Amino acid sequence: MPATVKVIKKPRRTIAEQAYVPEVAKGIGFAMGRFFKNTFGPTAKKEIDTVKYPEEKRDYPERFRGIHRLTQRTDGSPRCVACLCCSTACPAQCIYIEAAEYEPDDPRYGYERYPAVFMIDELRCIFCGYCVEACPCDAIRMDTGMHMPPSTSREHFLYDKETLLSIPGKDGTYLTANPRHEPGDPSHPGIDREQGH
Amino acid sequence: MTTEVLLISSILKIVFVLVVTVGAFAPVLIWAERRQSAMIQDRLGPSRAAIVLPPSAVAFIEKARLPMWRGFALTGIVAIVALVAVTWVAVRGTNPLPIPTATLTKALIGFGAASILLRVGYGVHGMIVRNHGKIMVLGLLHPLADALKFIFKEDFVPPKSDKFLFAAGPIIALIPAIAAFAVIPFASTLHLDYWNQVLPRTGEVSGTAIPLQVASLDVGILFIFAVASTGIIGAAISGYASDNKFSLLGGIRAASQMVSYEVVLGLTLVPAFMVYRSLRLEDMAMWQHEHSWGILNPLLAFGFIMFFTAAIAETKRVPFDLPEGESELVGGYLTEYSGMKFGMFFMGEFVEVVALAAIAAILFFGAWDVPFLHRDGFDFRLPFMASGIVVQLAHSVVIAIQVLFFLLKIVVFIWFQLMIRWSLPRFRYDQLMKLCWKGLLPLSLLNILLMGVFILSGVLDKYVGLLDRL
Repeated sequence: MPATVKVIKKPRRTIAEQAYVPEVAKGIGFAMGRFFKNTFGPTAKKEIDTVKYPEEKRDYPERFRGIHRLTQRTDGSPRCVACLCCSTACPAQCIYIEAAEYEPDDPRYGYERYPAVFMIDELRCIFCGYCVEACPCDAIRMDTGMHMPPSTSREHFLYDKETLLSIPGKDGTYLTANPRHEPGDPSHPGIDREQGH
Repeated sequence: MTTEVLLISSILKIVFVLVVTVGAFAPVLIWAERRQSAMIQDRLGPSRAAIVLPPSAVAFIEKARLPMWRGFALTGIVAIVALVAVTWVAVRGTNPLPIPTATLTKALIGFGAASILLRVGYGVHGMIVRNHGKIMVLGLLHPLADALKFIFKEDFVPPKSDKFLFAAGPIIALIPAIAAFAVIPFASTLHLDYWNQVLPRTGEVSGTAIPLQVASLDVGILFIFAVASTGIIGAAISGYASDNKFSLLGGIRAASQMVSYEVVLGLTLVPAFMVYRSLRLEDMAMWQHEHSWGILNPLLAFGFIMFFTAAIAETKRVPFDLPEGESELVGGYLTEYSGMKFGMFFMGEFVEVVALAAIAAILFFGAWDVPFLHRDGFDFRLPFMASGIVVQLAHSVVIAIQVLFFLLKIVVFIWFQLMIRWSLPRFRYDQLMKLCWKGLLPLSLLNILLMGVFILSGVLDKYVGLLDRL
């Protein structure tokens, strides 16, 4: 059986297309239209996509993972309880935490700890967001909507606890939407490390 | 004409041509080409190059804000008062004021100019402060930045290249492009003795007459062709001397392309010579000034389209930029060039663009001829209209208008060339050669034949006479 060959016809061209000049005129006309619209047209009709970067900035998308921030409690202290979940989860090992106990007269004493040192090396961070997922207290977040500000020195990229606490979220708040139940609040379950077990 | 006048006027003319082409058109073209392409493609293009002022200077300028505004307002008020007074005196016919009219007029001009300058300064000041001390003139500083880059870049010379020819190539490419401007007339003859008088519309004028063109040659346009064809050597030599296969191929392509289109370029213009009956560019301009623009003649319009096509191929620009087709030849004969040597090629290309625009304007669009402008000023009267406006202008003003209008025509043609450059895709090499030898060459020969028939049968004279009556 002979093989069947599918014959594809050559695209037909009209004489006007073959003559080239009318098509050239059409093409130049189109380009001219765009040129005049974008150069001399009213501002509303211009379709220029360029963003003049340092002067105008485009917002990052909603779920963009920016630089970290440590969320605060209502009294301004960090929500972080120094459980080391984030530094354990971190694949780049860029988080360094030194945990410390609250003073004995603090209601939180014996219930939770706080980070005496909380350091993130932003140059080492790979912005995977695992620390945010690992955190049981919603204490570390990457919702700042900012990328790292550039700098000339490596030391400037070691963000300590105070720096991280001072960065607001994209909505400008230092808190989170999740309510926190402090020891002594009526909503607090009333368990602590010594009594609970 | 005395020797001093001849010498000084020649130097001034050469300086004018150099300033206009190399000093103004070429750098602005480097910017305009990119900016225009960006606008077509919905981008912004070069607009970022800036002179950054230190913060202290910005703070100082910030302080000048209020004084500037106050100065503008005060001078503006004085100018308006002076304007009112002058109008009042002019309407009344007499001047009962204690201040003489001449002083009032001077005050009006002086304070008006000061006010406008201060307002402009206020606007510029606002722009600088808003940009945090960055002065960005629409991106016009980009050519400056480019020039700095060209000068300070490493001037790389391939180790096995022919050093002398490698260095000579860019010069041979640049100089002929500039030399072509020697025969281009940028206005009608300047009668130095009557520069601030109104000349009669026709007739001979005695006294010193300076043709506004560097060299008035009998061969005229042939000089441009001769000089421009020297540019082929520049491209071919640099391709050969670079010790690079891509460069060599680019150089060969450039040589064969330019040699082929040289023929067509000359032939497409022959009908124009037949109509103008001269090779001198100033005679062509004068003929069009006395009769009508060449483009109004249908055969010359046809010739113009062919000439423009051939000329773009001659300047080796898109859609005929095969010698440097980067998808095939990296950069063609430019591959090994860097720094100022590349800059000279670049400059040469842009000066050629300007020269082409000038030739097109002279041969087909009346050169320095402005509609309704005669040697004694504007005359808006038409034969079928009973009355019109006649404005008498001094000779120097007429010349200035002619020069400006000629430059405007050049700008329009440059803009059109850039438009073509950013609209059309590149030809294949066989298509390029086919277009030349099988398309433009027979058509231009046919055009010459038709023009000959028209001239011999007297149709052309009748047509020109018809246009003359308008």
